[in-house]
Amino acid sequence: MPTKISELATARSGDKGNHANIGVVAHNEHSYAILKKWLTSEVVAEYFRSLGATEVRRYELPRVQSLNFVLYNSLGGGASESLRIDTQGKLLATALLEQELPE
Amino acid sequence: MTIRIGGGAGFLGDNLDAPRELAERGELNYLTLEYLAELTLSILARQKEKDPTKGFAADLIPVTESLVPIFQQQTDLRLISNGGGMNPAAAAQAVAAVIAPSLPQKKIAVVTGDDLYPHLENFLKQGNRFEHFETGEPLVEALFRKELLPKRVEQSSDRLGDCLLPVVSANAYLGAEPICKSLGEGAEIVLTGRGSDAALTVGPALHEFGWSLTDYDKIAAATVAGHLIECGAQATGAYTTSWQNVDLAEVGYPIAQLDAAGALVLTKPEGTGGVVNRRTVIEQLVYEIGDPSLYFTPDVTVDFTTINVDEIGPDRVALTGLTGSSPPETYKVSLAYRNGFTTSSQLLVYGSDCIDKARACSEIVFDRLAKIGLKYDRKNVELLGLGQGVVGVNEATSANEVVLRISVADKSRDKVVRFTQEIAPLITSGPAGLAGYAVARSPVRPVFAYWPTTISRELLSSEVVVKPAASWR
Repeated sequence: MPTKISELATARSGDKGNHANIGVVAHNEHSYAILKKWLTSEVVAEYFRSLGATEVRRYELPRVQSLNFVLYNSLGGGASESLRIDTQGKLLATALLEQELPE
Repeated sequence: MTIRIGGGAGFLGDNLDAPRELAERGELNYLTLEYLAELTLSILARQKEKDPTKGFAADLIPVTESLVPIFQQQTDLRLISNGGGMNPAAAAQAVAAVIAPSLPQKKIAVVTGDDLYPHLENFLKQGNRFEHFETGEPLVEALFRKELLPKRVEQSSDRLGDCLLPVVSANAYLGAEPICKSLGEGAEIVLTGRGSDAALTVGPALHEFGWSLTDYDKIAAATVAGHLIECGAQATGAYTTSWQNVDLAEVGYPIAQLDAAGALVLTKPEGTGGVVNRRTVIEQLVYEIGDPSLYFTPDVTVDFTTINVDEIGPDRVALTGLTGSSPPETYKVSLAYRNGFTTSSQLLVYGSDCIDKARACSEIVFDRLAKIGLKYDRKNVELLGLGQGVVGVNEATSANEVVLRISVADKSRDKVVRFTQEIAPLITSGPAGLAGYAVARSPVRPVFAYWPTTISRELLSSEVVVKPAASWR
């Protein structure tokens, strides 16, 4: 059985202008180590390729076993201008947790 | 000494009962109400334009009304809110009208100075170009590029102010000082316009503990407290992907407990729903941040990467290792300009052929509009129900029904209105299997584009006015 990220972490997403961020909070040190190794900015950029982000950057918060991903210019214009139903990237965390780890 | 600061609202439109319930059960010294998202001020600016007595967070009024009996019992409780929005003085008058009959001496403070709109033309003439915070593009260049200005205007021209016609609001994020000053002058209710969200919490801490403005580690602690409580129940178990075992109907709103040394504990009122644990606090810590080592506010730059989060009791979480350094040299400014109009219309499309049928419906609409010469600056078609909330990720390829959502945006309001008239006719002149058309045509709203920029601190000065409720009326 492939492992979903939701088995290793919870997550929360939101907006800053036209940028989205996804905070991924690992359940424990072990999960954090796996995610840190595997959930790179490239993997996240590829997963959300259709959003058209110009760049995805990953930041580490090791003391709280968390990764923060910033998806630049990924919200189709952001809160007022976006024509998408999810103008503020609120769904991205849920979407990311459904990604499967390679076996 | 410790103080307890509650976060009773996370945005304009949050639960109206939450502030009262939090104040009733929270043993609070301060209740904060955060009402301003990035674009809220542009909406409030339009309200003020239409009616000079409006332009503040209207929710303040029913919320204050519900708090009157609590103010009578808890005489030391102080209320701090950025719900003054574009019109803090009008907010004070409206709040005073509610409070004054029973509490005429309650002191209400108004903080102003964030609103740059009246000064924009002067600043522009002085050579301020309002460059975009990230791209560096000057505002006027962008407005011209987006065809929102008919022609370029020379810097020396006396028509330079015309360049600002599309701008609807511009507000600086003020820091905690004016709030601290208001409290020092005896204010019991402080109403501000734009400030950093965290300032609502940092202001009381500065006032209570007398910290120096360069006590950056302590101010960092208060800033993190503010960051955690500014979105209401998001810190106490709501907005979590692990929602199954949390009682959210009765969710308790957050309380930050701070002491003079900058020790911070996050909790919630006893006996309420929701939960405060290591996970809920970390989830809110990483909410809407960029580089966690550089969290900027007007008062401090906080390093989130040094923070430890530990459970110290039931629904009690301590944050330690809070460190800060000097804030940015400029104030951040949230500017908004008009960028045409938009609307979204929806229809339910039913049947095993719903995906193809929904796409056909959308093509019919745009073909009909094209026939009368209407093309749109931007359009977007979504088939909701397939997973297109996040387009291109895990989308289903079959369904028994989908919601067709079509959105358009254009500089011409008339064109957008015409689009809204083209949806209902699909019922009788489109395929079978459509429903949900019986509601009114979708509302057309103006688009306010967000333009984050900065301004030098010397150009701004904040002002504080404190008066008893009876004198505000």
